[in-house]
Amino acid sequence: MKPIESFELPSPSKVNYLNAVYGLKSWLLTKDHKRIALLYLVSITFFFFIGGIYALMIRLELLTPQGDFLASTTYNKVFTQHGIIMIFFFLIPSIPATLGNFLIPMMIGAKDLAFPRINLLSWYIFLIGGVITIYALLAGGVDTGWTFYTPFSTTFSNSYVVATGLGIFINGFSSILTGLNFIVTIHTMRAPGMTWFRLPLFIWSHYATSLIMILGTPVIAITVLLLAFERVAGVGIFNPALGGDPILFQHMFWFYSHPAVYIMVLPSMGVVSELIANFSRKNIFGYSFVAFSSIAIAVFSFLVWGHHMFVTPQSVYAGMIFSFLSFAVAIPSAIKVFNWTATLYKSSISYDTPMLYGLGFIGLFTVGGMTGLFLASLATDVHLSDTYFIVAHFHYIMVGGALMGYLGGLHYWWPKISGRMYPEGWGRFSALVTFVGFNLTFLPQFVAGYLGMPRRYHAYPPEFQVFNVLSTAGASILGFGMLIPAIYFVWSMRYGRRAEANPWHLPGLEWRTQSPPPTENFETTPIVTWEAYEFAPPEETEVVGKFRSEVERAT
Amino acid sequence: MQSWIPLVPESASTFSWKVDALYFYLSGVTLFFALLISGTLIFFVIRYRRRTPFEIPRPIAGSHKLETVWTVIPLVIAMTMFLWGATVYFDQYRPPQNAIEVYVVGKQWMWKLQHATGQREINELHVPVGRKIKLIMTSEDVIHDFFVPAFRTKADVVPGRYTSMWFEATKPGRYHLFCAEYCGMNHSGMIGSVIVMEPRDFDNWLGGNTGTMTPAAAGQQLYQTLGCASCHGANGEGGRGPALTGTFGSEITLTNGAKVTADEGYLRESIVNPQAKLVAGFGPIMPTFQGQVTEDQLVQLLAYIKSLHYVGATTPASASPSPSPSIR
Repeated sequence: MKPIESFELPSPSKVNYLNAVYGLKSWLLTKDHKRIALLYLVSITFFFFIGGIYALMIRLELLTPQGDFLASTTYNKVFTQHGIIMIFFFLIPSIPATLGNFLIPMMIGAKDLAFPRINLLSWYIFLIGGVITIYALLAGGVDTGWTFYTPFSTTFSNSYVVATGLGIFINGFSSILTGLNFIVTIHTMRAPGMTWFRLPLFIWSHYATSLIMILGTPVIAITVLLLAFERVAGVGIFNPALGGDPILFQHMFWFYSHPAVYIMVLPSMGVVSELIANFSRKNIFGYSFVAFSSIAIAVFSFLVWGHHMFVTPQSVYAGMIFSFLSFAVAIPSAIKVFNWTATLYKSSISYDTPMLYGLGFIGLFTVGGMTGLFLASLATDVHLSDTYFIVAHFHYIMVGGALMGYLGGLHYWWPKISGRMYPEGWGRFSALVTFVGFNLTFLPQFVAGYLGMPRRYHAYPPEFQVFNVLSTAGASILGFGMLIPAIYFVWSMRYGRRAEANPWHLPGLEWRTQSPPPTENFETTPIVTWEAYEFAPPEETEVVGKFRSEVERAT
Repeated sequence: MQSWIPLVPESASTFSWKVDALYFYLSGVTLFFALLISGTLIFFVIRYRRRTPFEIPRPIAGSHKLETVWTVIPLVIAMTMFLWGATVYFDQYRPPQNAIEVYVVGKQWMWKLQHATGQREINELHVPVGRKIKLIMTSEDVIHDFFVPAFRTKADVVPGRYTSMWFEATKPGRYHLFCAEYCGMNHSGMIGSVIVMEPRDFDNWLGGNTGTMTPAAAGQQLYQTLGCASCHGANGEGGRGPALTGTFGSEITLTNGAKVTADEGYLRESIVNPQAKLVAGFGPIMPTFQGQVTEDQLVQLLAYIKSLHYVGATTPASASPSPSPSIR
C-alpha cells in the first residue's frame, strides 16, 4: 500500500462515459449503470421539486390558523401528494438509484451491475409508475393521506385512489429489481481481493437496504392490490360494512412502510460512513460493528410495524412486544452514531461541503432517533401519535437524515459523476442555510405536537399559531437552501473547474480511475490489496489496547 | 391552553402527570445525548481540524470494550423507558370498574355522545371532576380518533367494532377535543370540547338536560319494534333464542365448544352477523341486522341488554354497577 499522494492515477483521457456516445437514443437505451444513475437523478430531482412545491403550499396554508389559503379538499390533496411524491418517488429511490447505481460497481471494482438490462428496465418501470401517478395528480389528485387508511380510501374518498395506487404498485417493481441487482452484484462481482470486510460501508448499507427492498416491497404491492379490489369490485377485505377489517390494512401497510423508513435512511447512513471516514482520513471506528448494525437494522425493521398502531384496537400485549422491539431497533442506530463520533478522535478533519452535510446528518439523525424513543414508549406515544410531534420526528429522520446524506453524497461524488467541481464556497453556504432552515422548520413542531396539535389539520386553534409561523419561516429558508445547489450543480456541469481523478486524495476504488470514468469504469480490473479506509501504511495501525490506554489517559 | 410549565399542555386528568413525568425523563435523556454527541462532534471538529493538506492521522482499529459499553448503556436506558411506558399504558387501556359510561359515535365530521342517563351531546362532552369516565366508542363511517390533549390520552374510533378509553378528570375547565385520525374533507373541523365540572354543577347540568329517553329505555323500545322479543322473550328471558338476562359480561359457550366473553364487541357482532358465533344449543335462525339498525340504535340495544344484567328490565344502565370487561 502506497501513501495516498503517490497513487498511480490513469493518464487523463478524453473519452469517458458521458461523451463516449452521443444522442438521445444513446441515453434512453443505455445499459451503463452510470448513465442510468443520471437518468434516475434527473427524474427524482423533478419529483423532488414537485414534492417541494406541495410542502411550501402546506406551510403557507398553516401560516394562519384559519383555512384561508387553500380549500380543505385541496389542502388534503396537497399533503397527501407531498407524502406520496416525496416517499415513493424521491426518498426511496434517492440514494440507491442514483449514488448506489453509480458507485456500487465502481466501489467493488466491477464494470457494471450484474444485470445491466434489468437496471435500465427498473428505470422505465419507475418512469411508468411516475407518469401514472402524475396523471392521477393532474386528473384530480388523491386525498387519502400517503397512508391510504381504510375504509376511507376504499369506500369514502372521492379521489383518484386507484390510479395513484397503480402508480405506487408499478413503482414498487423498480425498487425490487434494483435491490435484486445490487444483491447479486455485491455477491458475485467484487474485484479480486475485495473481500466482504474490505467493502466500503456504503456497500454494506446498500446490501441491507436491498434486502428490505426485495422482502418488503411485495407486501405493499399486495396491500395496494387488495385495496383496489375492494374499491373497484367491492370485495370485502378492509371495510367492516362488507365484512372486512380496517385494522388489517394498517398491519399490512406498516409491515412494508416501517421497513421502508430504513430503505430511506440506511443508504444515507452508508454515505455518512464514507463522508466521516474520508474527510477525516480515518478508518471507521469499529468497522464490523457499523457493518453488522446495518444488517441488524434491516432484520429488526420487519418486527416493529405495530408501533404505528398503539392507539388502534391492537391488543395491549401486542403493543408491549412492539414497543420492546422498537427500543431494540434503536440500539444499532445508536452504535453507528457513537462509532462515527469516535472515528473523528485524533483524525484530520476537513471542512469541505460533503463533511458539513455529514456532520449535520449526525446531529439531526441523533435528534430524529432520540425523539423516536418518545414514540416507541407506549404511554407517551398515546399522547403524541397523530400530532405534529410525529411529523417533526419523521422529518428529522427523512430530511435531516436521508436528504442530508443524499446531498452530502451528491457533493462528495459530483467530481466523479460530472468531471467538474461544484463551487466550494456556495456549497458550504448552502449546507449551513439548509441546516438552519431545517431546524427552524421542524423543532417548533415537536412542541406544537406535545401541546396537542393534530397533524393533517387544515385549520387549527389559534394558540398553535406561533409554532406554525416559525415553521413556515424555517421552510422558506430550507427551500432557499435547496435551490442553491440545484443552481450551482447545473452551472458547474459547464463552468465548474475540471475535476482531477482523485480531487479529495482518497484510497477508495472509485477514485482510482479518471473523472468522469470511462464506460467500463476501470481500464484493467483492479486487484485490491488494501483494507477499507486505509489512509496510511498498515504497519502503523494501532492495536486496540494502545488506543484504550490513550482514552484512559485522556479522561 | 398551556400549563404553568412551559411548552407542556394543561394537565387535567390523572394520566397527565404520569405521561408528563415520562416525557420529562425522555426529554432529559434526549437532551443529554444530543448535547453529548454534538458537543463531542464540535470539540473533535475543532481540535482535530486538518492542519496540513497531506497529514495522515494514525489509524485506530476500534475497541470492542468501548463498543460494548455504548451498546449496553443505551440498551439499559431504553429498557427503563420501555418498562415505564408500558406500565403507564397498561393503566390507560385497562378500563376501571364502576366507571360512568358514555357512548360515543363518530361520523364524518362530528362527535355524537350519549350519557347513560339519556342526555345527548354533539361535539361536547360534560363530565364531573374526580369520577372515572369510560367511553364506549364506534364510528358510522371511517376511522376517527378521540383525542383530549389535556388528558394525555386518545383512542381510535373504528367502524364495525367498539373501542374504549377512560380517564378521570382532575380539574374543572373546558378542554380541546380533537379528531386525531385523518377522516376526510372536514377532518380539522371535527373538533369540540370536553367540559369538566364540579360534581354539583354536573348534577345541575344533568338535571337541566332531561327529556330524552335513556339509551336503555330507547333500546327496550327498539327491542320490541324490531321483533327481538319473539325469540329472546319479552323481557330477555330467552326462548327460541338465548336468554339475554345476565348475559353481559358472562362467559358463553359456542356451538363449536369455544368460550367467549359476552362483551360489547360480541353482542354487537351477534346482532349484525348472528351466524358468526352461535351460542351452544341454538340454531342459526336469527336474520342479520346489518344495515337495519344504525350505530346509535346498536348502542341503545346494547345499553338495554346491559341493563338486563340485573332483574328489572327498565333499570337504567348507569344505576347498575356492572363490571366492565375490557373491550380491547
